[in-house]
Amino acid sequence: MDPVITVRGLVKTFGATRALDGLDLEVAPGEVHGFLGPNGSGKTTTIRVLLGLLRADAGQVELLGGDPWRDAVELHRRLAYVPGDVSLWPKLTGGEIIDFFTRLRGDVDQARRDELIERFELDPTKKARTYSKGNRQKVALVAGLASSADLLVLDEPTSGLDPLMEAEFQECIREARAEGRTVLLSSHILAEVEALCDRVSIIRAGRTVESGALDTLRELTRTAVSAETIRPVEGLDGLPGVHDLEIRAALDGDQTIRFQVDTVHLDAAIATLSKAGLRSLTSSPPTLEELFLRHYGDELSAEAAAALDGGQ
Amino acid sequence: MRSDLARTGAVVRLIVRRDRIRLLVWIGAIVLLVYVSAVSTIEIYPTQADLDLAAAAAEDNPVALAFNGPDQALDTMGGQIAFQVGAFGLALVGLMSVLLVGRATRTEEDSGRLELVRAMPVGRHAPLVASLLVVGGALVVVATASALSLVALDQEVHGSIVFGSALLAVGLLFLALTAVTAQVAENPRVATGVAGGILGASYVIRGVGDMSGGGLSWLSPIGWAQKARPFAGETWWPLGLALGVTFGLGVLAVLLAERRDFGSGLVAPRPGPAAASDELRSPLALALRLHRAAVAWWAAATALLGFVYGSLAESVEEFIGDNEAMADLIASLQGVSLVDSYLATSLLITALLAVGPALQIAGRMRAEEAELRAEPMLAAPIPRTSWMGAHVALALGSTVLAMVVGGLGLGIGHAAAGGGIGQVAELTIDGITYLPALLVVAGAAVVLFGAVPRWTAGGWLVLTACFVIAMFGALLDLPQSVINLSPLQHVPPVPASEVRALPLLVLSALALALVGAGFVAFRRRDLATS
Repeated sequence: MDPVITVRGLVKTFGATRALDGLDLEVAPGEVHGFLGPNGSGKTTTIRVLLGLLRADAGQVELLGGDPWRDAVELHRRLAYVPGDVSLWPKLTGGEIIDFFTRLRGDVDQARRDELIERFELDPTKKARTYSKGNRQKVALVAGLASSADLLVLDEPTSGLDPLMEAEFQECIREARAEGRTVLLSSHILAEVEALCDRVSIIRAGRTVESGALDTLRELTRTAVSAETIRPVEGLDGLPGVHDLEIRAALDGDQTIRFQVDTVHLDAAIATLSKAGLRSLTSSPPTLEELFLRHYGDELSAEAAAALDGGQ
Repeated sequence: MRSDLARTGAVVRLIVRRDRIRLLVWIGAIVLLVYVSAVSTIEIYPTQADLDLAAAAAEDNPVALAFNGPDQALDTMGGQIAFQVGAFGLALVGLMSVLLVGRATRTEEDSGRLELVRAMPVGRHAPLVASLLVVGGALVVVATASALSLVALDQEVHGSIVFGSALLAVGLLFLALTAVTAQVAENPRVATGVAGGILGASYVIRGVGDMSGGGLSWLSPIGWAQKARPFAGETWWPLGLALGVTFGLGVLAVLLAERRDFGSGLVAPRPGPAAASDELRSPLALALRLHRAAVAWWAAATALLGFVYGSLAESVEEFIGDNEAMADLIASLQGVSLVDSYLATSLLITALLAVGPALQIAGRMRAEEAELRAEPMLAAPIPRTSWMGAHVALALGSTVLAMVVGGLGLGIGHAAAGGGIGQVAELTIDGITYLPALLVVAGAAVVLFGAVPRWTAGGWLVLTACFVIAMFGALLDLPQSVINLSPLQHVPPVPASEVRALPLLVLSALALALVGAGFVAFRRRDLATS
């Protein structure tokens, strides 16, 4: 099947700022695709180009088989959008705004609307002026999720939601996937991405630095191993892919060993360890945080990185 | 109490930095109004005989008294200048207070920006007090500069000081009043709306009072300011009365502020409908919902203005009397009746006012885009032309409505004062001949929105230029090439002239081209959210 979203070499500049600098993105039908990147890396700009709100300066952009700038109106019948920064008309109530948006899109499902309002515990009779950030976000979520659109474009959709609502949101996305809909989920919340996404694209400074299935990406990173052996280990520091090796010998001759290993070389490293007589072994697969940090590590101070490591 | 005001100075600097342009525009506009009124009064009434005639005409003209103020030493230059700046100038100072204080308090709270400030080691009342200090300071500048400009034009010093102090007293009173409504009202719009409503009522009450002998004017703060009699045997104590009320309101504001929660008024908001009405299903329906109040208010304003001007028309001959300079100003054409010239000028002023709603709605369209409310609509299957078209339709429609009811009001006012029932239809049609020119000005705002969205407010500059050319073009001796830049100058001055088709057709084509260019430019550009 053709991809739902294909972006190749996308460039977008604002004056002297190069917001997108050759970005690539591919989203397959029926998948939940995570779109990750730090603040200001170009996630929202990319989404605005995909929605035809901004015109690409260079590169190829295709959405649902059409050109998002030229065919905007036709394509928007088939997608629903939830912004991360929700601004509403202060005089209108949440209920009025939700109805207005569902009518604009043309697929009104009253039962679904009422169910979502219930699930997200939104009071639809309040004027938008009085909503908190989380409640404004709920209005946008209900309006977006109430549609039967093929594609959901979500730009940090859960900012401001409490953990209960976050769980409700994740449930809604799983339902959408079960219905065969495609989701592009831009997010900061790595746990959310790990819980929901089949594939992720990580961008930085307007460029895609990593893209693929979460499992595949994990293989590209290092696994942390710590073990105790009966005898001294030999040959570990000569193995390819082993880093940060640390060996401490106890008085009774036991060895405590810690190291990092490129996940593709994990098998050889464990085989070497077991020759020395394993007493205990823990290995932690890389988290999405580590994946993320691998690409942004140089932006963090050493202390911050250490704090993050220590927290795991 | 001291910690309640911590870092007030820092907040003062923040407000000055943020609103410096806005403050300068207000100060400049009011001082300029005083100065230009004084200069033109001196020019129009060069001799004592002229002043005597003007005074005699005004004394017998209840509507002039209703507009400008009580009959106080109108046969002196100073008295006449104070009369010309009049209640309008005082009300404008009040409006400055209401809008600036409303903006610096509740609007700023609603935006979430003040929350950041209050989370700093900044006192509870520092933002309120700081906004009062800044606006109060601006009022002092307005009052001082106004008084100095009168002194510079050789008016009596004592009268000039009282004149400036009267401006200051009204400004401070409405400053304190807005500080009170900002504590009580449910939301920022209500806070400024209520204070503005009381200001409007003050203007009207003293108008009725001045027309009927003056007693009722004591119920209006603007009336008090005029009772201080600048250039007419100055009396300070009515200003003391205003100051006392100001102080009382200030104390009330602080007491109420103690009881109010941040971000909300003492009046709690009421819930609204849980579902939208059946009509709310298109961009046009939304635009109507957003702009209907503005459309109605502007239409009411032009209708009322037209009506008042119309009811004055028959008395214009005696009002102007034998003053040739005044007659020249109104009748720049030979061989037409004074009444028709007067009606033509009235229609021109009504027309200038009628552009207001279009420019306001164009500005709101820009705000919809900049504040991210256009984005989700354009991410729905809504063509850009429909989104923009809805706002532009309301903008242009509101100007058409305001002009039609303005002409209608002029006609009804004229007919009611004895001008004949035929005037109603005639003046309405005359008003309509202004529409092509008005739509050119509105079109300028539309094309700015399309091409350079950040400059959408430039439409107001265009309107101001048209206003200056229309009102002061002759007085300032502007070259004809500059005067011709205003589209309104190409409308034949009906009813003092025959309607000519060609300029109207050219203006219509220009308006159409500007609006069309605005749409084309918007379709081609990025959505500009900053």
